[in-house]
Amino acid sequence: MIRLDGLARTFAGPPPRPLFASVSLDVARGEIVAIVGESGSGKSTLLNLIAGLDVPDAGAVVVDGVTLSALDDDGRTRFRRERIGFVFQAFHVLPYLPVGANVALPLALNGVRDAAADARVAELLDAVGLGDRAASPPRELSGGELQRVAIARALVHAPAIVLADEPTGNLDPRTAATIVALLRDTVKRRQATAVIVTHSRAAAAAADRVLELRPDGLVGI
Amino acid sequence: MDIALAVMRGTFVAHRGRTLVATLAIALGVALGFSIHTVNRSAIAEFTQGVSTLSGSADLVVRGPADGFDEAVYAGVARERDVGAASPVVEIDARLPSRDDTLPLAGVDAFRAAAVTPALVGRGTAALDLLRDDRIFLSPAALAMLGRAVGDTLDVQAGTGVATFTIAGTLDAPAGRRLAVVDIAAAQERFARLGRITRIDVRVRPGADAEAVRAAIAATLPAGVTVTRPDETAALASRMTRAYRVNLNVLALVALFTGSLLVFSTQALSVVRRRTQLALLRTLGLSRRRLVALLLAEGAAIGVAGAAIGIAAGYALALALLRTFGADLGAGFFRGDAPALDFSPPAAAAFALFGVLAAIAGAWLPALEAARASPAAAIKAGDDESAFRGLASPWPGVACLVAAAAIVALPPVGGLPLFGYAAIALMLVGTLLLLPRLARALLSRVPPLGAGGASLALASLRAAPGQATVSLAAIVAAVALAVSMAIMVASFRESLATWLDRVLPADVYVRAGGAQSSAWLDADDERALASLPGVRRAEFMRVLRVVVRGDEAPIVLLARDVDRASASEHIALVGDAIDVPADGPPPAWVSEAYADRFGAAPGATITLPLAGRETAFTVAGLWRDYARQTGAVIVERASYVRLTGDARINDAALWLAPGASADALRRAIDERFGKDRLTVATPEEIRALSLAVFDRTFAVTYALEAVAIAIGLVGLSATFGALALARRREFGVLRHLGMTRREVGAMLAAEGAMVSAVGLVVGLALGGAISLVLVHVVNRQSFRWSMDLHVPAGQLVAFSLALLALATLTAVVSARRATAGDTIAAVREDW
Repeated sequence: MIRLDGLARTFAGPPPRPLFASVSLDVARGEIVAIVGESGSGKSTLLNLIAGLDVPDAGAVVVDGVTLSALDDDGRTRFRRERIGFVFQAFHVLPYLPVGANVALPLALNGVRDAAADARVAELLDAVGLGDRAASPPRELSGGELQRVAIARALVHAPAIVLADEPTGNLDPRTAATIVALLRDTVKRRQATAVIVTHSRAAAAAADRVLELRPDGLVGI
Repeated sequence: MDIALAVMRGTFVAHRGRTLVATLAIALGVALGFSIHTVNRSAIAEFTQGVSTLSGSADLVVRGPADGFDEAVYAGVARERDVGAASPVVEIDARLPSRDDTLPLAGVDAFRAAAVTPALVGRGTAALDLLRDDRIFLSPAALAMLGRAVGDTLDVQAGTGVATFTIAGTLDAPAGRRLAVVDIAAAQERFARLGRITRIDVRVRPGADAEAVRAAIAATLPAGVTVTRPDETAALASRMTRAYRVNLNVLALVALFTGSLLVFSTQALSVVRRRTQLALLRTLGLSRRRLVALLLAEGAAIGVAGAAIGIAAGYALALALLRTFGADLGAGFFRGDAPALDFSPPAAAAFALFGVLAAIAGAWLPALEAARASPAAAIKAGDDESAFRGLASPWPGVACLVAAAAIVALPPVGGLPLFGYAAIALMLVGTLLLLPRLARALLSRVPPLGAGGASLALASLRAAPGQATVSLAAIVAAVALAVSMAIMVASFRESLATWLDRVLPADVYVRAGGAQSSAWLDADDERALASLPGVRRAEFMRVLRVVVRGDEAPIVLLARDVDRASASEHIALVGDAIDVPADGPPPAWVSEAYADRFGAAPGATITLPLAGRETAFTVAGLWRDYARQTGAVIVERASYVRLTGDARINDAALWLAPGASADALRRAIDERFGKDRLTVATPEEIRALSLAVFDRTFAVTYALEAVAIAIGLVGLSATFGALALARRREFGVLRHLGMTRREVGAMLAAEGAMVSAVGLVVGLALGGAISLVLVHVVNRQSFRWSMDLHVPAGQLVAFSLALLALATLTAVVSARRATAGDTIAAVREDW
């Protein structure tokens, strides 16, 4: 599903600093991979490369059979819109939209409207335990609930891949554990592939495979 | 380290661009106000100085109507016990052949003038030249204007003939003042003013009470002749121009107000962006009061910087205005005067203070909001809209609008429409305070826009009307003021054009000269004009300036060939004319300005000083007059000639016979009277010239309007850029979710268009309301002119479309940075 071939990337700086020289990775369909590493090792940058938000200095990124590095920015964006879901550390729920509309955003971007969209949104909110909060404004939700909304949003358009960047970074341990379990459960149920960047052992433990990002590449731990 | 200063410094460094824009907006407002004030002040000071210099040691001035009064009055004045010296003067507006402008000419008795007004005594090589009837003395400015030197000759039109003088020397007149002096006997004889003078300059005996002498002289004067102090002349000129000057100053203050709104926008957004930082400071122990002081100090710093730049720029702008528009800034009051610019430190300090206060006023509301916020709630990033909850209450805005309605119709104060200006300010402020509600109401009526970026834009605006207000405020103010001025000017112009069509029914108009001109037409000339080939009908008019009240500007008396039966066909009456009984005082038709100044109404009896006697007239009707701001009265010429014996005329209106042409008549007039002795014009030419003068008068107004619009657009650009920067994380999320850069740009364009549309709708409505106040209150009370409302719909539609396009483009361009690569990284930013 995801293949990284000898990726290299330098942090622009100043001063410029090489992040990694040759990263290769194969992630199978339906697999959940956790990537750990020191702060500044380039974990989030690697996630951006997989998402097509950035282009490598060398190497290739092939996602679901598509070589992302061969596409232009609009092409990568459309690919991302259709086939990738995101979960952020800081939730990033739009404050001016109710919960349901936030979850529906990826569907709106893909042109799915009205009844079809409503049904999908309701299904996902039920799946994350927020079925009765579709009309609520985000400011009425707790951190854990907001992250559930983010997970629902990441999966509402049935993406092939879910990318999560420190999904439990802003949560207390108990809530974090709940979210990790929920994320694994919903990803697996929908047979999506997930790459999770994390500092959390608990989050890493939920993955099928844990890799550490070092300057010379990814190493299994 | 002072935390507060560190925060301030950090803010200015981090938001250099927006701070600079706000500073320049304040600078522009201060520069405009200070430059207009400086030019006006310099013109008045120059005029006052000129009057003072020419008045010499005169303590009192006796003045009469433009065509003069009996010189026997002089003997009576000179014999007054406490009069030390008295100098008679004949004042004439010398018409010069082949020139459009006139030269002020004074006929003086050199011996008497030397004792009272030495500046009017010529300086030449031969003393006897002062007494010769063919010698003239010119001021240096007059010599320069005419391109002449001492020893050259100068022709001055006298009636329809020419009087030739030799330039015998110069005058010690104030710099820039154009003036000519001849012997008084020469003036009386060569310009047919025998037995008449127009002025007596009086020096009171040392130790005598000038006011007592004034009262004694006044008791001996005939009707229409008054005695005043010389400084009252300058004060009168200042009063005559005050309304125009105040109008321009108010427009300049409008630019400053718009700058203040820009400061509000900048500070409001800055406070929102720093909400968590400021909450942290409060948590660490910064008091509410100190926080308010810190934020007001930020505003004051912008104001001080803007004011300093503004004063310097204002002085430079004053020089440019003087060079381009003249000392009268287009109004025509001081035409011909070329004053030196007079820099006044107190005025500079005052305008600088205005700038600082305007900036502080803009920072006030955001400062109060920041202090009011609970640190515990504010330190959690999230709902920035709560920063604008202070604007949620409608009552301050409603109170402003109610107050505006209550005071708008109050009478003028000292001839100035102060309540009208105050009402406009209250309407502006009230509407701006109600903007969040108005924005919410208007946005709620927008139909669903699908599921794309436009829909997101609408959702964003609906959820944050307070933030939308920050973008809207400057554009609403600018649009409202531009629209109101456009409607007022269009109404005025249309009313003027319609009035011209009504008051110019003849085919050709002939003018010898104005009320005090050296040129006139006599009875023979009248007969000659009427019998020229091609003339079917001729009417004639005598024009005079007469003093109705000594401390007021003179009015203009128009003695016309008009009869009471057909007055409404000849005069631009406002309302109906009334029938005046044949056995009562003769009829007079008074202008609206006269009626406002002296309280005359149809049917009332007024008195006018004619030939030294107060003569009663019955007011037969009111008429609209855009030519004479001080007031005018029309009387039947037959009555005038019977009462005064003055058969001269200044103007003629000629109707062509069938088949005759205006050009042929013009040639016939030149042939009969001499080329360029008379001014001949068709109604079309007069109309074109009048409208050109109108446009010139309003050129400064148009420029100030454009500045206000520019400031509004800059404000919109700055706030859009700021809002976009503040929302980079949001854009980053959308980019992560799969929105292309172009789609984010389109969303911002949709936001810009919607905000601009709201601003346009509110601005148009407010502008329409303000235009009513301008037309029916401000102009009426300032200049005593009524006008019919005329909405230039085509112009407003074009303006609206252009502004909408410009504002949308501005929003996209200024937000472009928000869609750049670092929005991807922004999602990981803390604050």
